[in-house]
Amino acid sequence: MAESAINLKTFTPPAELRRAPIVLNNRGSGWLTDKLSSFAEGKTPLWWWIMFVPALLGATVLLPAMLIYQVSTGVGVWGNNQPVAWGWDIINFVWWVGVAHAGTLISAMLFLTRQHWRTTIGRATEAMTVFAVMMAGLYPAIHVGRVWFAWFLFPIPNSNAIWPQFRSPLMWDVFAVNTYLVVSILFWYLGLIPDLAVLRDRATTRVRKFIYGFLAMGWTGSARHWHHYEKAYVVLSGLCTLLVFTVSSIVGLDFCTSQLAGWHATIFPLYFVVGAVYCGFGMVLVLLIPLRKLCHLEEIITPRHMDRICKLTLLSSLAIAYIYVMEYFIAWYSGDPYERWVFGHRLFGHTYWYGGWIMLVVNVGLAQLLWFKRTRQNLKLVFAIGVLINIGMWFERFVIIVGSLYQDFLPANWGVYFPTWVDIGTYLGTLGAFFMMYLLFIKFLPLVAIAEVKGAMPQADPHHPLGGAKQ
Amino acid sequence: MNGTVKPYGLMAEFDSPAAILQAAEKVRDAGYRRWDVFTPFPVHGLDRVMGFKNSLVGWFALVFGGGAFVATMGLIWFTNTFDYPLIVGGKPMFSPPAAFVPSYIMMVLGGAVGAFVGMLVLNGLPRLYHPLLQKARFALASRDKFFLVIGANDPKYSETETRRRLEAIGGTHIEGVEA
Repeated sequence: MAESAINLKTFTPPAELRRAPIVLNNRGSGWLTDKLSSFAEGKTPLWWWIMFVPALLGATVLLPAMLIYQVSTGVGVWGNNQPVAWGWDIINFVWWVGVAHAGTLISAMLFLTRQHWRTTIGRATEAMTVFAVMMAGLYPAIHVGRVWFAWFLFPIPNSNAIWPQFRSPLMWDVFAVNTYLVVSILFWYLGLIPDLAVLRDRATTRVRKFIYGFLAMGWTGSARHWHHYEKAYVVLSGLCTLLVFTVSSIVGLDFCTSQLAGWHATIFPLYFVVGAVYCGFGMVLVLLIPLRKLCHLEEIITPRHMDRICKLTLLSSLAIAYIYVMEYFIAWYSGDPYERWVFGHRLFGHTYWYGGWIMLVVNVGLAQLLWFKRTRQNLKLVFAIGVLINIGMWFERFVIIVGSLYQDFLPANWGVYFPTWVDIGTYLGTLGAFFMMYLLFIKFLPLVAIAEVKGAMPQADPHHPLGGAKQ
Repeated sequence: MNGTVKPYGLMAEFDSPAAILQAAEKVRDAGYRRWDVFTPFPVHGLDRVMGFKNSLVGWFALVFGGGAFVATMGLIWFTNTFDYPLIVGGKPMFSPPAAFVPSYIMMVLGGAVGAFVGMLVLNGLPRLYHPLLQKARFALASRDKFFLVIGANDPKYSETETRRRLEAIGGTHIEGVEA
């Protein structure tokens, strides 16, 4: 131990090469514990109520009203009909699944690549994943129309003696989305266990002690517990990484296995993964920038961390740009008149030309601002970019789905699609439900992984002077 | 409390990861067998000092995940080929590439459940009662203090000798814990 301390002193790199600490101002474990549990323990601030009440109304009044109306009347209350049989329901499904993906990427892939800065944002983005998948899962369930038959999608022995048809990607999707939901909840909860123990040990009232104690399941922080826990965390990270690449791929297969111009392309699985991650990073920016300010986490989620998320956003924007180019190139190169027609009409059609331009200008053009350090340091601007990315990626799904359906092979079959107030209300309701759950999460659970951040500090390293090693 | 409370062990507190690591080495070298260390985060090097072997959690994940893969393949074959064969779009009744996708997804689900369940089973969780959680100072184990507990069931355990040992290796706030 003494030797390693000497090495540390001898080979201290110059300041510009030294790795910046994860948390600013060299805070100790005690301070971090107080700081990171303070929001779940302190008085609820006014801004929380101001955001919570509209979200609550959206989740508990608007969304159930729309669902009851739609289920009791039929999917005809939505705007989709022939030829555009998939409308806002599937657009929003794909959008919500996409929002979820960045959370898994940050928490699982950056864990496997040992990016310690992810510890400060991992929990908040995992929560985003869990709630976004819940919203995504709602849409396929209700879009089947007679939702009381949705159990037909599962291989349950029944009196009709029929089974699901596993040769369809729509069937695979049922498995993918449900798996994604369960696995992301397990991963989130596994990470929460030591932090729930922190809140249990700090609880001042019997009710809090009971609830957090119950949820922490008797966690003591024993070295044996940590040993198995760390292994489980690695295994779950690996499995979640597989999900980052497969869930949206399967959603992409829903499209590319159908013989429709604009959908029938082998790039679709990859396209949907990249789009999902990009859209998810947009949502991460939208959630984290206000969160670090309002919950006073500037020292924990530092400008350096935001800078890295911006760079990852930029990287995924370049990947999506490549795919857009490739998609257009293949449409032209295929020589297929229907393909060319669809792609031409995405930008120069009569009804939906604006969708294609929003998609290109925002997703490819606007994100290039993130090349500049001055942009990345201006968090208000980055927040605006995050909001616009979400809108741009929503339009991407609109362009793909409606843009391919409204003009298919037979001109006699052409039509236009517009959403109804029920479509819009359902979408606003899911936004309300998402934000309601998110606000409840930050109010009652540790929104930063306390044990993980402490463990990533130099103070946690027994061979570092700050961890008590002898100089 | 009628004076017949069984002792659970002796608990000593340390201030830093380096201190707890050194203390653990000394307790191990003194020949104690039944002892454990409680830390707010995993301290690197402790597994080696405490002689942990590779965790079995990975095997749980493999068995659950592999089992789920095989079971889903079997389910798809049984439902679409054997129990209710139905020609759809001229596709084969059973084709491994198509069946792979849901089987693979179920493998991920099985593996994740296996890892989670394995962690709980191997750690003996959920546990509703733990003697250490009755100790007021032990609440700091999830904050910034490090605890070393030598169990009363250790063959070398003796109330006085073990206490002296813990003092000698730098432990503070040494307390007896009742089972």
